Amino acid sequence: MSETEIDAIGALADPVRRRLYEYVAARGGETTRAEAAEATGLQRTLVAFHLDKLVEAGLLEAAGRKAPERRGPGSGRPAKVYRRSARQIGVQLPPRDYETAAHLLAEAVERSGAEDSLYEAARAEGARRGAADPAPEGVPDEDALREHLARFGYEPADDADSPGTLRLRNCPFHTLARAFPPLACGMNLELLSGLLAGSGAEGFTARMAPRADGCCVAISKNKID
Amino acid sequence: MSGYHLAQMNVGVLNAPLDTPRMSDFVAMLDPINSLADASPGFVWRFRSEGANDATEERPFGDDLLINFSVWESSESLWDFTYRTDHLELLRRRREWFTRLDGVFLVLWWIPAGHVPTLAEAGERLDLIREKGPTPEAFDFRTPFPAPVPA
Repeated sequence: MSETEIDAIGALADPVRRRLYEYVAARGGETTRAEAAEATGLQRTLVAFHLDKLVEAGLLEAAGRKAPERRGPGSGRPAKVYRRSARQIGVQLPPRDYETAAHLLAEAVERSGAEDSLYEAARAEGARRGAADPAPEGVPDEDALREHLARFGYEPADDADSPGTLRLRNCPFHTLARAFPPLACGMNLELLSGLLAGSGAEGFTARMAPRADGCCVAISKNKID
Repeated sequence: MSGYHLAQMNVGVLNAPLDTPRMSDFVAMLDPINSLADASPGFVWRFRSEGANDATEERPFGDDLLINFSVWESSESLWDFTYRTDHLELLRRRREWFTRLDGVFLVLWWIPAGHVPTLAEAGERLDLIREKGPTPEAFDFRTPFPAPVPA
C-alpha cells in the first residue's frame, strides 16, 4: 500500500467530498463546478475547494473546457471540468495480491486451452449471484436488474444511441481485460448471462458489444412481438 | 504521426475446411469484420489474395494454416480494432474454428510508413519471434516495443 493510495482513501473520509466524488463518478462524463454545486446544494466555492482536493488525491481529473453557451466579458475563460480519474486505487489490509493471481490464472487458462471450463464456472457463479438475490415479484424488472448490476460494480446506464439497451460504464475486471481481452470479456459475458438466467430476468439478453470505454457487454431488452 | 507503421500477422490452424458447416459462422463474419477493419481509425492495409476480398485462399505456411496480415498507423489503433470492436466476438469464439496452437502465432513489427510488407517478410518475422522471443524486430502485445526513432 503506497502513500498515494492512503491519501486517496483519506480524501474520501470527508462526507462532503465523498458525496461530490460519487456524484461526479455517477455522471460518467465531465462535470462543472456549477453542476456539482447545484446537485449537492452546496456553495460553489466550497464545491470548488473539495473538487480540487479530490484532484490532488488522484481520484478525479480536471480539465479546462470552454463553455460554448457563454458570451460577453469573462466568457473566454474555460470552465473547469472534472471527471473520474482512470487510475485504479486499491487498498487491501493485510496486503493481498489477487491481481497477480488473476493474471497468472488467466495465462494458465490460455496456455492450456481451458476457456470452456472458465466460462462454465463463470456462468454458474453468475447464476448463483442472480438466484441469491431474487426480486420480490419473482421476475426482476429493469430497475431491479440495474440494482443487481450496480451492486457488482458495473454502473449500468441507458445507451443514448440504442433505446432498450443498457450499457455498463465500468468494467470490474479492467486490468485483466486489458491483458487478456477475449478471455476476460468472454468470462464476463458468461457471468452476466448467468446472472440474468439465475435471477429470472427472462426479458433481457447479454451480448458482446465492445466500445472504446467501459464494459464489453451490453444488455438488451428482448423484443416481444 | 511517426514515420513508422505497425505490421501484424497471425496464423491459425483451421479445425475444418472453410466450406464445412462447422465453419459457417466464421465464414459469415469474414466480410463484415474485414469491412469493419477497413473503416477503423488507423487502418492502413491488409493482405488479400489476388482477386479476393480476404486472405483465406492464401496458405503460404501450410494448407490448413489461415493467415491474417495487416498494417496499422499505431499499436493503439490495432489494439482498439482487435479488442474493442465486434472483432472481439470473433476472438472469443476462436476455439470453435481454430485449433489451439502451442507457441507463438502472432507477430508485430514496425515498418517504414508506405512500405507494403510481403508474405516472405511476415514469415521471417514470425520465425524471428519464435526463435528469440520478443525483440524490437519482432514482438507481441504482451511485450511491445516503441516505433524506431527516425535518425
